[in-house]
This record gives sequence, structure tokens and C-alpha cells, in this order.
Amino acid sequence: MIKITKDEIRILLYMVVAVAILACLPLLDQGYILSLGLTIVMYVALCTAWVLFSGPTHYISLATAAFFGLGTYVVGIGIDVLPFPILLIIAALIGGVVSGLVGIATLRLSGVYFVIFTLGMAELIRQIVTWIQTNFTTGIGLYVLTDFSEAHIYWMLLALTVLIFITGWLINRSRLGFAMRIIGNDETVAAHVGIDSAKAKVLLFLISGAYIAVIGAILAPRFAYIEPPSAFNPMISFLVVIMSLMGGTRTLWAPLIGVVPFTLLFDMVSARFPNHSSILLGIAFLLIVYLIPDGLIGRIEGITKRFSKKKERTHE
Amino acid sequence: MSKPVVLKVNSATKRFGGLLAVNNLDFEVTEHEVLGLIGPNGSGKTTVMNLISGALKLSSGEIRLEEKIVSDLPAYKISQLGISRTFQLVKILPTLSVIDNVISGGVFGYHRMWGENAEETALHLLKKVGLAALAFKPTEQLTYIDQKRLELARALAGNPKLLLLDEWLAGLNPTELQIGIELIHSLRAEGRTIILVEHVMDAIRSLCDRCVVMSSGVKIADGEVAETLKNPEVIRAYLGDSDA
Repeated sequence: MIKITKDEIRILLYMVVAVAILACLPLLDQGYILSLGLTIVMYVALCTAWVLFSGPTHYISLATAAFFGLGTYVVGIGIDVLPFPILLIIAALIGGVVSGLVGIATLRLSGVYFVIFTLGMAELIRQIVTWIQTNFTTGIGLYVLTDFSEAHIYWMLLALTVLIFITGWLINRSRLGFAMRIIGNDETVAAHVGIDSAKAKVLLFLISGAYIAVIGAILAPRFAYIEPPSAFNPMISFLVVIMSLMGGTRTLWAPLIGVVPFTLLFDMVSARFPNHSSILLGIAFLLIVYLIPDGLIGRIEGITKRFSKKKERTHE
Repeated sequence: MSKPVVLKVNSATKRFGGLLAVNNLDFEVTEHEVLGLIGPNGSGKTTVMNLISGALKLSSGEIRLEEKIVSDLPAYKISQLGISRTFQLVKILPTLSVIDNVISGGVFGYHRMWGENAEETALHLLKKVGLAALAFKPTEQLTYIDQKRLELARALAGNPKLLLLDEWLAGLNPTELQIGIELIHSLRAEGRTIILVEHVMDAIRSLCDRCVVMSSGVKIADGEVAETLKNPEVIRAYLGDSDA
């Protein structure tokens, strides 16, 4: 295996410290701040899982809500029958199988078709769930009643986020990550050095989908009552894309930089203008795409580069 | 013939709409042989390379690698079975370091390696093509000939059964050309099986055991190099009729 560098050990230490500090949040506050922190961790987890696939492939997936909703429903249906940890595993399996199938069906398509397909599929799954519930069960919604407090959910999500980061790091060091870097450079070369690029993309999409489903499953107890419009809310898909793009998609931790300010801002804005949040979201989308196409990370890198160049020049 | 056949092309035909780019082509390459594939511009040489490597699909006919039909397989599978290539227009991986470019050729292909083993092999290959000093540099800094060397090292990383060099010597200046020819000579000395598409006649004469001449998608000659190049039909294809 490739050796672990000193830089990586340092980053690991930073991460341990950061997670330890973040894990103390519920001890300080059990109200609004914890609730906001929970939302932030949820979007960090979602965006990181999304970037796992969309970062290296440059495919924009709008299927986040579909996998998220599936995970939520696994818990909704099974909570009275099976223990919670097993439900999380089932959610991962179902999320993985569905995303794997979607991947096989669509990843041969080029980017634009993929975006539309994933959006349509999320809607289709939501309609199917609604249809099944109205025709075969007594009500539209499901109750998820557990002993979990917000703090528990927060901790579980935090742990999962760490797991997603570790997965991303392992993928980067693996043959799969190397294959993705080659595909990102030149798909023709990739094929001629023996890479099955469709398989590599499907595998990444599957991993990403499985994690998103688990995030949905963990959040089900927070909703307490779930129904298709909330579990399969397309807004989740869009927010994940916007936040990830705002941070940047080239590294795994770049979305972090987008998620935190965006969630805080969006929370403030939707509290003040509850009826205009969609419009504001749309404007934010446009601004991000036009003004910071490489994300905040790209901006920061650009500035530091210019700075170091200036330094070089003054040295000359 | 006593030597085992590595590649066999059987009545290969490729149509692009109404254009017949390769017409009913037959030839074979035996083990340790360096075969020159030559012909005037537009005669279909590169198309043949693309058909062998799987970049293009045959319209009819078949291509076999050691008995196994490969012409119906996708490019990545053909690479895994042991056919490597370089490209007429150099294709390097710009965001990867020089050494990673080489390693990329040996991780997923015919002979597979990973980790330290891969790094060692890649360094060895870089030394061979004369790029050892640049191993850990970004690829942006490479000159044109160095990019070509890099591509060759990448193609060799999978230790292929058959190496396709598509105008690998094109665009080099006379000094570089000499270096390039020597490099391919060393591959030949190793006993590699190579198909060479080339316009540089000196290279064909000094490197190839045999050559296949194409004109307008058809094979017009096939045989020992000096003899084939004297063939009146080959001369006509290159220079036109004597009264022209």
C-alpha cells in the first residue's frame, strides 16, 4: 500500500480534535443551537456523500432525496419490528442496491441526461411510495417514535460523517480513486489502460447512495412523522447540490466550507422571509454558478496562488 | 510458419457512412516481430490501429489475439488482454505527476501492479525512456518528445503482448528522431511484439522485420521491408504514376 504521509497524520489529528469539540455541542445547549448544529451536520454528511461521487465524475446527481427518503422509510416501516442498528444496515443495503441499479441504467448516459434522469427517478420513487401507501395501507404517513433525543441523532450523524470522510480517504488511496483520477483526465486513455469506467462510476454511485440512505435513516426519528413529501423532498437534492458547489467539489472537505455559511444564512433568511425561501434559493444558485464556479475553495486557492506569485516576483 | 501468431486480422472492414476506410484487410503479426504499417496519408493506418485497440468497432471481419477474438470487446478489455498503445495525438494525463502517468498503464491492464511494486516498475521504465530525472514533476513541464516518451513508458507499464505505436516518431527533430529510433531498437532487442505506424522511412527500414503497405484502405503489399519498398505498386501509391 501507499505510505501514509506526515501531512495525512496531521490532518487526522486535526480531525480528531475537531470531532471531539463538535461532539461536546449537545452538552452546551439542547435547544436552538443543537438543532441548528444537527442540520449543519446533516448537510455536511449529505454533501460529503454526494461529492464522493459527483466530485470526481462531474455528474450532477439530483437523486439525493430518493436515497434519503428510502432510508427514512426503512426506519419508518421497521422501527417497531427490528432494532435501530439493523435498520441502518438495511437502509445502506437498499440505498446501495437502488443506486447501483440506477447507476447501471444511467451512467452510460452523458451528463445532462443523467441530471434529468436522477431528478425524474427521485420523483418516481416518491410517487410509488405514495401510491403503495394510499392503496395498500391505512394512512399516508408513518410514525417513528423512539427514545432518541436530538443529541443522540447529532452524535450518530457526526460519527457517520467521520465514516464518510474515512471512506473517501480510503477510496482516494485505492485503485478505484486512481481510476477516477485517470477518467477525469481523459476517458479514452482510461479505457486504453484497461479501466472499465462504467463500473468504476457505478461503484462510486452505489457507495454514495448507500451513505445517503443511512443519513435518511438516522434522521427518521427526528421527523417523528414521515410522509412522502417530507422524506422525498426534492429541496434536499437541490440544497445539497448548491452547498457542495458553493464549497467546491474537487476535494472531499471542500463542501464543508459551503455548508456552514449557507445553512446559517438560509436559516436566517427562511426565518425572516418564510414565503420567499425558494426564490432566494434560486438566486443563490445563480450567483454561485456565475460568480464562484470553482467553489469557495477554488477562490481561496486562486487568491493564495496569486499571492505566492507576487511574492516570487518581488523576490526576483 | 513456426513462430506463434500474436495478432491475426481477418478480412477486417470499417465503414464510416459511405466511406470505406479499411477494406477487407488481412495480415498477421508473429511473436517478437516488429511490423511496420505504412501507406500514404488517409490510407487507413490509424483506423487499423483504432480497430485493433478497440477504440473503433469493425463493420465486418474479425481480429484475434492469440486465437481469441477481441474485435467484439470494449477497449478496456482488449487492454486487459495485453494490447497497449500510444496515440497519434499524444494523450497524457495532465493533472497526474509523471510517475503516476506511467503507473496508470500498469494498474488495470494486462500485468497488474500496485503500491511500491508499481512505483519501482514505473521508475525503471522512466529510466529506460530517459525521463528518470522528471519522475516526480508535474506533466505540464514536459516537452513534446518527453510527452511521447512518457506515453511509451505508460504503454509498456502493463508489459503488453502487443504494442501499438501510432506515429510515435512523428514531429520529432533529427536529434530526437535518432534517440527515438534507438529507443524502439531497445524494445525490439527485448523481444517485444510491435506494430508501428510510421511515415519515417528510415525508421521503417532500420526497425521493422516486415511491413504491410496500405493504400485507400486496401493492403497492396506485405513482406520483407527492402523488397516491399521496391514493389512498383507501392512506389506508385506513394509517388503516383510515372507520367504524373
